[in-house]
Amino acid sequence: MTNAPASAYDMPPAAQAEQSATFALLVDNEPGVLHRVVGLFAARGYNIESLTVAETDRKAHTSRITVVTRGTPQVLDQIEAQLNKVVNVRRVHDITRDPNGVERELALVKVRGVGADRVEALRVAEIFRAKPVDTTLESFVFEICGAPSKIDKFLELMRPLGLVELSRTGVLSIERGVEGM
Amino acid sequence: MTRSCTKHNYLVKDVRDLPRIIHEAFKIATTGRPGPVLIDIPKDIQFAQGEYFGPDEVTSSHAYNPRTKGEPSRIAEAVAMIARARRPIFYTGGGVINAGPRASALLREFQALTGAPVTSTLMGLGAFPAADPAWLGMLGMHGTYEANHAMHDCDVMICVGARFDDRVTGRLDAFSPGSKKIHIDIDPSSINKNVRVDLPIIGDAASVLEDMIAAWKAAGHQANKAPLGDWWRQIDEWRAVQCLRYNATESVIKPQHAIQRLYELTRGRDTYITTEVGQHQMWAAQYYRFEEPNRWMTSGGLGTMGYGLPAALGVQLAHPGSLVIDIAGEASIQMCIQELSTAVQFNLPVKIFIINNEWMGMVRQWQQLLHGERYSHSYSDSLPDFVKLAEAYGAVGIRCSDPAELDEKILEMINSDKPVMFDCRVEKNENCLPMIPSGKAHNEMILGDVEDIGNVIGAAGGGLV
Repeated sequence: MTNAPASAYDMPPAAQAEQSATFALLVDNEPGVLHRVVGLFAARGYNIESLTVAETDRKAHTSRITVVTRGTPQVLDQIEAQLNKVVNVRRVHDITRDPNGVERELALVKVRGVGADRVEALRVAEIFRAKPVDTTLESFVFEICGAPSKIDKFLELMRPLGLVELSRTGVLSIERGVEGM
Repeated sequence: MTRSCTKHNYLVKDVRDLPRIIHEAFKIATTGRPGPVLIDIPKDIQFAQGEYFGPDEVTSSHAYNPRTKGEPSRIAEAVAMIARARRPIFYTGGGVINAGPRASALLREFQALTGAPVTSTLMGLGAFPAADPAWLGMLGMHGTYEANHAMHDCDVMICVGARFDDRVTGRLDAFSPGSKKIHIDIDPSSINKNVRVDLPIIGDAASVLEDMIAAWKAAGHQANKAPLGDWWRQIDEWRAVQCLRYNATESVIKPQHAIQRLYELTRGRDTYITTEVGQHQMWAAQYYRFEEPNRWMTSGGLGTMGYGLPAALGVQLAHPGSLVIDIAGEASIQMCIQELSTAVQFNLPVKIFIINNEWMGMVRQWQQLLHGERYSHSYSDSLPDFVKLAEAYGAVGIRCSDPAELDEKILEMINSDKPVMFDCRVEKNENCLPMIPSGKAHNEMILGDVEDIGNVIGAAGGGLV
């Protein structure tokens, strides 16, 4: 306590810039649980950037929700505390602040083009290890999987080459290592 | 539909789940930070037959288990901080009441060890006795001058079961600027929500206070006599302002006077007070004095007009021999007036004490303060005759508009064994003071003798109502 400032107000203001955060939630697989989680975000004015949910353990009756949101560090702490308060939420884990956090997303990308653009699209896809899952004489559908930032980068390159349509799954997450959540 | 206003809710799909759900619901509703739990029982389940299992025979389907025990190292640190404090203060809230009567007893014990003054939020009244010399009165927007100044100038704030609500803090960036703040709360999401605190302790108020008392004694701490003496002298100066004084008249009943007489005449009896929402609620909080917890039932943060009468019925049912009074306003009481019929039907002799100024007084006060006296929908031109209304329901009606008759008529109300509606006609334009105007700090209170109240709040504060 010796080096601490005299009061909380004397602390240097924490970086109040907004940042993105990914929360992994282990919840009871019951009707209405997703509604409560989403309703919490809506009621308190937090924004959801991506949301995935599926049953993960039938025996334990649990589902896993991964939600990506934005806010200042103080708001993110508040979101985590509020999520922990929901009765059906068993665990909340902040993946972004965990060095062992892994985030992955899958996207399906439709690109339309002929001639040199078409060849270039295929070449870029190869570099990104995107897999063509459909082709016509003037289009491709690519399947790409990776960190959200990698997908963003891929889309950026595809845009001038004739990006037509895009579908993303939203972020999934897990921790490295032997321990489960 | 109920999800946004419940702590949790259930839909029963199989009658075999019903015993487990009922037991879980009671546990969730009453533990941790308490809150309502709704159980939706569809018609087919209502008709189905099932076997009952007791609370110990069912296994819970969820992992709900709120933390009640405070972290020992933080408790030790908190106790050391309090022992070093020169100007400490207890800021207590509804959490002390929710933690049960033992928490109030422990608060009193810990206060006696530390010698610090105590203030409380609206919801926490009664946890610390109003008769104790260390009691400063309620704090916040309509709190006392001494409580708010002590909060502003303290060096260690011990917040027990309160949540730094905006009615309490006033302007956030000027809230108690020089203090270290200890925050004891059972709800982790209350910590650092509005005000950043130096030392959070998650736990039940009773459990944490018990551990703090033990840690204080184990460490051999003593109250810091000399600086505490200076602190109390400063507090006495603030007390000398007598922020709750008002000018009583012989021609018309002042609302403050009405509450004060009600208090004096019910003093020493086994009394429970409920309120509606508005000026009468604040006057009741300021002028009615509570010595014990759970004697004061009011709607705080939600501010629900119409709460007082049904609440009084519940209290009367739980305490059939006690005196239960709903201090009401003439507007609030009409929100749930039909419950008078319940009172008569079930012989619940509740007393409804209406502070009748013909205005929705708190709304009028804000329109005066913030909207240039452009009064809109706050005056009631066609109020019912409350005496006839009470009689129509089969209750007793009493009206009083003469200060000289007030005592006698209050006694008539108290001594009646039937539900009574008391129409107390008071001064119409009285404002609820003292007050921290919105957008101002704790040490910028306005007192009862302000002439031009309309100019007190600047344009910036107007947005903060």
